[in-house]
Amino acid sequence: MATQHSRSAARLMMAPAVILLLGWMLLPLTMTLVLSFKKYLPLRGGDLGWVGFDNYVRFVSSSAFWPAVTTTLIVVGGVLIITVALGVLLALLLDQPMWGQGIVRILVIAPFFVMPTVSGLVWKNMFMDPVNGFFAHLSKAFGAEPIQWLSQASLPSLIMIISWQWLPFATLILLTAIQSLDSEQVEAAEMDGAGAISRFRFIVLPHLARAMTVVVLIQTIFLLSVFAEIFVTTAGAFGTKTLTYLIFQRVLESQNVGLGSAGGVYAIILANLVALFLMRVVGKNLDA
Amino acid sequence: MGQIHLDKVSKCFGDVEVIPPLDLEIEDGEFVVFVGPSGCGKSTLLRLIAGLEDVSGGQVLIDGHDATTISPAKRGLAMVFQSYALYPHMSVRKNIAFPLRMAGLDKTEQDKRVVQAADVLNLTDYLDRRPGQLSGGQRQRVAIGRAIVREPAAFLFDEPLSNLDAALRVGMRLEISELHKRLATTMIYVTHDQVEAMTMADKIVVLNAGVVEQVGSPLELYHQPCNTFVAGFIGSPKMNLVQGEEAASYNATTIGIRPEHVMISKDNGLWKGTVGVSEHLGSDTFFHVKCDAFSAPLTVRASGAVELDYGASVFLSPDTSKLHRFDQTGQRLS
Ligand SMILES: Nc1ncnc2c1ncn2[C@@H]1O[C@H](COP(=O)(O)OP(=O)(O)OP(=O)(O)O)[C@@H](O)[C@H]1O
Ligand SMILES: [Mg+2]
Repeated sequence: MATQHSRSAARLMMAPAVILLLGWMLLPLTMTLVLSFKKYLPLRGGDLGWVGFDNYVRFVSSSAFWPAVTTTLIVVGGVLIITVALGVLLALLLDQPMWGQGIVRILVIAPFFVMPTVSGLVWKNMFMDPVNGFFAHLSKAFGAEPIQWLSQASLPSLIMIISWQWLPFATLILLTAIQSLDSEQVEAAEMDGAGAISRFRFIVLPHLARAMTVVVLIQTIFLLSVFAEIFVTTAGAFGTKTLTYLIFQRVLESQNVGLGSAGGVYAIILANLVALFLMRVVGKNLDA
Repeated sequence: MGQIHLDKVSKCFGDVEVIPPLDLEIEDGEFVVFVGPSGCGKSTLLRLIAGLEDVSGGQVLIDGHDATTISPAKRGLAMVFQSYALYPHMSVRKNIAFPLRMAGLDKTEQDKRVVQAADVLNLTDYLDRRPGQLSGGQRQRVAIGRAIVREPAAFLFDEPLSNLDAALRVGMRLEISELHKRLATTMIYVTHDQVEAMTMADKIVVLNAGVVEQVGSPLELYHQPCNTFVAGFIGSPKMNLVQGEEAASYNATTIGIRPEHVMISKDNGLWKGTVGVSEHLGSDTFFHVKCDAFSAPLTVRASGAVELDYGASVFLSPDTSKLHRFDQTGQRLS
């Protein structure tokens, strides 16, 4: 069917969508690039002309830059490790036949439907509040001093909140992968003398490799730009300032659009570096 | 050693009794084939022996020891699955070595046994491929290789050839028989193909709805089927089973006569009829003959030289010494 004629017709008909998408992506990207080379202070004179690489140099030399990069990597890495590890465990559990399976599965997916802002607030006020929070009550019940979660253990708390949000996603994808495992393969391994742990290690885990890769790649894309959870809990204080949050502060709190845009370009570079690294490490799992 | 004894073994799935209490004796070194129509419980019975399913009642004895509650791995049996169940992410070498690795054998011993098995099964050139890069027949051989390296007390095969094309199936059938002769290990082989059963078995177990209808050598089943089910199941084409007046004249409710035991003639014989469809195989021709005496057409085997047109009128005469007689419950009358 792919004649010369039908191909050019197809190109013509796809054109509007392609142009729209390109515009959608290219316009903000170009704007960011252009602004990053300008001194642009909306409330203090607006466009003050070209400044070359000034913004780039200032953004990197700020004392907040490297800690923000580290924090970003720690949050992304921490959440990935927790969601994949717990996701595999939960998926294994949910795959077992049990009473009330349908309801349990819906409950497990539920956190994914809660908006990040809401979940951040719920965790902050209902669980991690040092006076009225659930964890505080729990500590007191055991006679211990309540932990000031969001100030004393800010990064672990943040990772916990975000992991809670993304665990359902990981679980769901891994569960479907586990369910697609041929039961005869598991039985063959059983007859070959593999115990439960060996079966998991040599049969189930390799089978899950591809699904795990998908989970890692997709989550990374979203985790690099996590914002709402930080905004409503610590507002970037106590070492929870990620690169995304730093850019937000530069643009909106310091009202310096040029500097923020330069940060945006750095964020793009960081995302690409992470993507490159991940493709190197786990990308081969995607080949058939 | 690979002597297996089933003592009143039964299996229920929920309320459904798939296998009523069943006794079976399998001697060491025997090639036993379970045969029966689809859904009769062949796979279930095999899985009960393997330990992949728990019995609902009775005992499985392997070499005289009660193995009913022993885990599949410890029973010393190896199984070849219908889907082959190879591990897709491991090379052929690793697949075959897997049971040895699980048994904790050292690396050199593993390699030695893998190479030996690969040699026997003509897999030497494929050892470093993944299962996905093999043909169906080669995969089948890898699955067998994985079973033989363990040197099990008995092999269990669940319809191992059903995914192969006809030509390859004949080839693999011979290879498995050959393997059995060489290893002299007990083999239990499940199939619904009675040709496979007849050609490979030392002993055939005919199952119907979980019940053992008859146990015996292929020729015993062919010459002395103990009821109409076995009579109809064993032999190709099927035995003609007819009821009515003609059967009554032999003091039976049902009489059975194999297509190869009926003479077809143009001018004289016992039963008159007209030729329906004929199937030419070259060496033989099968005629479906509609007789006045019976409601269903009879299948008759004749030499390939015989030529008869559709609608030709013919006479049939059975070889009465080869006639099988059955009573009203379908049991054989001697
Ligand atoms: N896990 C199960 N739960 C409930 N019923 C089952 C289960 N496994 C098998 N059965 C039933 O047990 C009966 C026997 O099944 P089995 O798989 O042993 O048949 P089979 O003889 O191997 O057939 P086939 O030749 O088609 O493979 C069938 O009626 C099937 O529906
Ligand atoms: Mg079966």
